[in-house]
Amino acid sequence: MVMLSDAEQAMLDGAQGAATQKAMELLIRYADALGAERFVETNNVAGVPGSAPQWVKDHYAADGGDYRAVFSRFDLDSDEVVDVPRMNAFSCHLQGGMDPTLWEEQGMDEAAFANFQSDEAEVASHGIQILKTCTPYLAGNVPVMGEHCAWMESSAVVFANSVIGARTNCEGRESTSSAMLAKRVPDWGFHRDDYRKGQHHVDVQVPVDSIFEWGMLGYFVGDAVQDTIPVLTGNISEQSLIRHKHFGAAAASSGGVEMYHMVGITPEAPTLEVAFGGAAKGERFVYDSAARKRIYDLLNSVGQSEDVDYVMLGCPHYSIEQIAQAAALIEGRKVHENSALWVFTSRAVKATADANGYTKILRDAGAFLMTDTCSAISQAVPKGTKVAALDSAKQVHYLPAMMGIEGKYGTTADCIDAACTGKWRGKLA
Amino acid sequence: MTQVLDKPRIVITGRKVVGGVAEGEALVTRETISGWGGVNPATGTVIESRHELKGQSFAGKVLIFPGAKGSSGWSSIFHMSKLRGMSPVAMVFNIMTTKAALGAVVMRTPTVTDCDTDPLDHIRTGDWVRVDGDAGTISVWDRKPG
Repeated sequence: MVMLSDAEQAMLDGAQGAATQKAMELLIRYADALGAERFVETNNVAGVPGSAPQWVKDHYAADGGDYRAVFSRFDLDSDEVVDVPRMNAFSCHLQGGMDPTLWEEQGMDEAAFANFQSDEAEVASHGIQILKTCTPYLAGNVPVMGEHCAWMESSAVVFANSVIGARTNCEGRESTSSAMLAKRVPDWGFHRDDYRKGQHHVDVQVPVDSIFEWGMLGYFVGDAVQDTIPVLTGNISEQSLIRHKHFGAAAASSGGVEMYHMVGITPEAPTLEVAFGGAAKGERFVYDSAARKRIYDLLNSVGQSEDVDYVMLGCPHYSIEQIAQAAALIEGRKVHENSALWVFTSRAVKATADANGYTKILRDAGAFLMTDTCSAISQAVPKGTKVAALDSAKQVHYLPAMMGIEGKYGTTADCIDAACTGKWRGKLA
Repeated sequence: MTQVLDKPRIVITGRKVVGGVAEGEALVTRETISGWGGVNPATGTVIESRHELKGQSFAGKVLIFPGAKGSSGWSSIFHMSKLRGMSPVAMVFNIMTTKAALGAVVMRTPTVTDCDTDPLDHIRTGDWVRVDGDAGTISVWDRKPG
């Protein structure tokens, strides 16, 4: 059984109200399931609190079918409906279901949009920041090294742990919503020093020097090490925020990687020995040209058609640097009449793209810069889409399976060429 | 004959994740499972490309699997499958993760982990399995005891 501090016992006894009491009850069940012995305090929580499609609200019709009912019954897994106060922790809402202005373009109806607006108003009124992105670290929430967080979104979790050195497990909706009230998460997993050490070695023998290559390496690593912690050495160069972003997202999708070490690159891996907490251990995986080709073929294995009718960029949400690159690649060109190009980012980054004229460049080319969501999250693709081209290994992993379409993986330039020609010409150089 | 059928083929012991007792037909996989993007919560069907369970539903089954992977939406997708009446009746997994723990908690399905022997070596799809979460035991029969 998890041990409670006096403050935690008081929350469980209802000293901070019924909602926080229910939150503590859920967190205790969760801590006991994990086998955690105590809680850690957190003041940095990112989740999807209370947002729900209409059918979930309808499921709780007898409880009022509103935000309060969903937050109580689903988020807190409470048997009774309680009043939900403003959140106590610094809390952020991650990605959501549709673009706030281009929702019709995404195929959403007015009822769904009204539900979206109503949920967003509730989220805001509960003191939760409307970041609406899978990249909170690009939109105003950058934790510091060692900070205990409770984050959802596997790509953000792996970034926070690996690149920043913050401490978060891959939390879920119910645990984050509870942590927003109770400011606690189980002291388990990545909150603890010993858990953060490497378990397998990946020797990178081919040059990994572009976002396309970092994405494939990430997909290889997740497939190889599954949900353990890899330590990478070798031919990795030209690190940048966006390369880590794609690498981690891919590794979290093909496996369940929530933290990785790159020796000499990431903050908890100054040396191989520090990364492993001793000598290298576990299995040794080699990423060579044969492995690289295998991963490329795997990412391009769903479908045979060369006709691309949809190109999606922005998984994880594009940074301003990536939007600038996409705008430069498409400026003066047009999206082909048989194709479509949607680029996804956060509202915060889009504001900068607007100011820089990138949004207009994309629009003039026939593309859309959208926020809040992506095609996988919203399950929205242009009508009639059969083949999608993507520059994200993560999105190739999910979107074809979810939508029953074919998928292509290539460079950003391959994808923009496909959008402008309607044909896929990407290949492994 | 009844007595022979009533004796389980094996009883595996582990640790409680979620208490309660439930039984049903086993659905076994050696591949980890993604929740969000890997499962359709309206039917409980695995949809991940190349997954060995692709097209099969865990609704009403005892799900025996190595562990959870992928998106942090794992618990909410399994939770939604519960709302739809399409969740597993019990679970057994090997690798503890926050995803699998939270999913089991919010589905309130009897769940056991940390077993004394690998359940994947001893349980086949179609076996009849009773999971006693409180006792931490998993009883396995070739078919439903008569």
